Amino acid sequence: MMLSPQETPKRKLRVATASLSGCFGCHMSFLDMDENLLDLVELVEFDRSPFTDIKHCGTCDIGIIEGGVCNSENVHVLREFRRNCRTLISLGACAVNGGLPALRNELDVREVLREVYFEQPGVVSSTIPNDIELPLLLDKAYPINEVVRVDYFIPGCPPSGDAIFKFLTDLIAGRTPRLDYPQMRFD
Amino acid sequence: MNSENTFIIDGTPIPFEPDQTVLQAALKADVFIPHLCYYPGLRPNGNCKLCTVIINGRHASACTAFARPGIEVENNTPELNDKRRLLLQMLFVEGNHFCPGCEKSGNCQLQALAYELEMMTPHFNHFFPSRKLDTSHPDVFLDMNRCINCCLCVQASCEVDKKNIFAISGRGMAARIVVNTPSGKLGDSNFALSDKAASVCPVGAILPKRGSFSVPIGQRIYDDLPISSQTEFLATRKA
Repeated sequence: MMLSPQETPKRKLRVATASLSGCFGCHMSFLDMDENLLDLVELVEFDRSPFTDIKHCGTCDIGIIEGGVCNSENVHVLREFRRNCRTLISLGACAVNGGLPALRNELDVREVLREVYFEQPGVVSSTIPNDIELPLLLDKAYPINEVVRVDYFIPGCPPSGDAIFKFLTDLIAGRTPRLDYPQMRFD
Repeated sequence: MNSENTFIIDGTPIPFEPDQTVLQAALKADVFIPHLCYYPGLRPNGNCKLCTVIINGRHASACTAFARPGIEVENNTPELNDKRRLLLQMLFVEGNHFCPGCEKSGNCQLQALAYELEMMTPHFNHFFPSRKLDTSHPDVFLDMNRCINCCLCVQASCEVDKKNIFAISGRGMAARIVVNTPSGKLGDSNFALSDKAASVCPVGAILPKRGSFSVPIGQRIYDDLPISSQTEFLATRKA
């Protein structure tokens, strides 16, 4: 889809993306936009993202978060995005409702760690890893809007490349972002 | 069409027959009113409130309100759809509804209504309740994580199957569907896959074992066509 000249913003919008506790499927779906990516890069440039390998998020117009919040590092990254991005988008089932990582939510983390590091057959270690480099697990996997304020949501596991493109181009052109029926999927 | 046997939904005259409810007449006339706990042939019980409409200025459930000559019904309005979306969001956060891992995805009425009403997010904080999966029956899974307490299984088992296998237990927030056996296990009941109660569940709480995904994702009831354009299918399901 080409945007008409009067709809095209003058400045390229700066976009950051990150995957928290997700499977990177949403980022793969982002790349699955195929030739639409060429239209999109006319409108945006990437800040922190797995596409650029920039490690920290600068001031951005749009932040896109894939994955839910499962550990302390996820919380830090998410808060950095919220601080720096004017508009934050929750991308995919895990970011929207916790997704499959949230299936662990009925289990007690202490019990899980005990079972894995003490009670599994053949396990000889007797400590739960507690290195400062290791992010601490949260008690539950949370959707990102339960940790920071989120402006927009794109559901799907993963949302299709077309859905992401439609949503972003709507947003960039100043329209209310809206998915067509075939793009609106929770699975 | 005379006003003796018609009423108005959003400005459109709808014909009705004696003893029809607003929802029945609307579906027959190809007008969609969102609903979860109504199933043709079962007694309407009006507990999901998704079909709430405004009849002559007053809120009412379209599934329990009888059609009367000349009444004016507001249905597809932004205000009512906002409230319906809110109800859906509360249903989603109260249970564990993980569509990507659910065999019902694409055939699920809860999901189809969320698509229809453009529910982009469940919005509220999730309860993530701890609920049990009952695999004791040889032919059927009972996954309470997905149950929305619509009570269709209770009604179908009682009114159609004459077995009275399901019941509602507890009050208010604690109300849950239970199985009427001493162990509470479905496997200890005389429930059968051929029972009507096995096929009325609008979500993926009662699912047949084996044959999962025999209809692939993408070819399911609500995959291509929104639920609002499938009024004939919704109205002609047999209890």
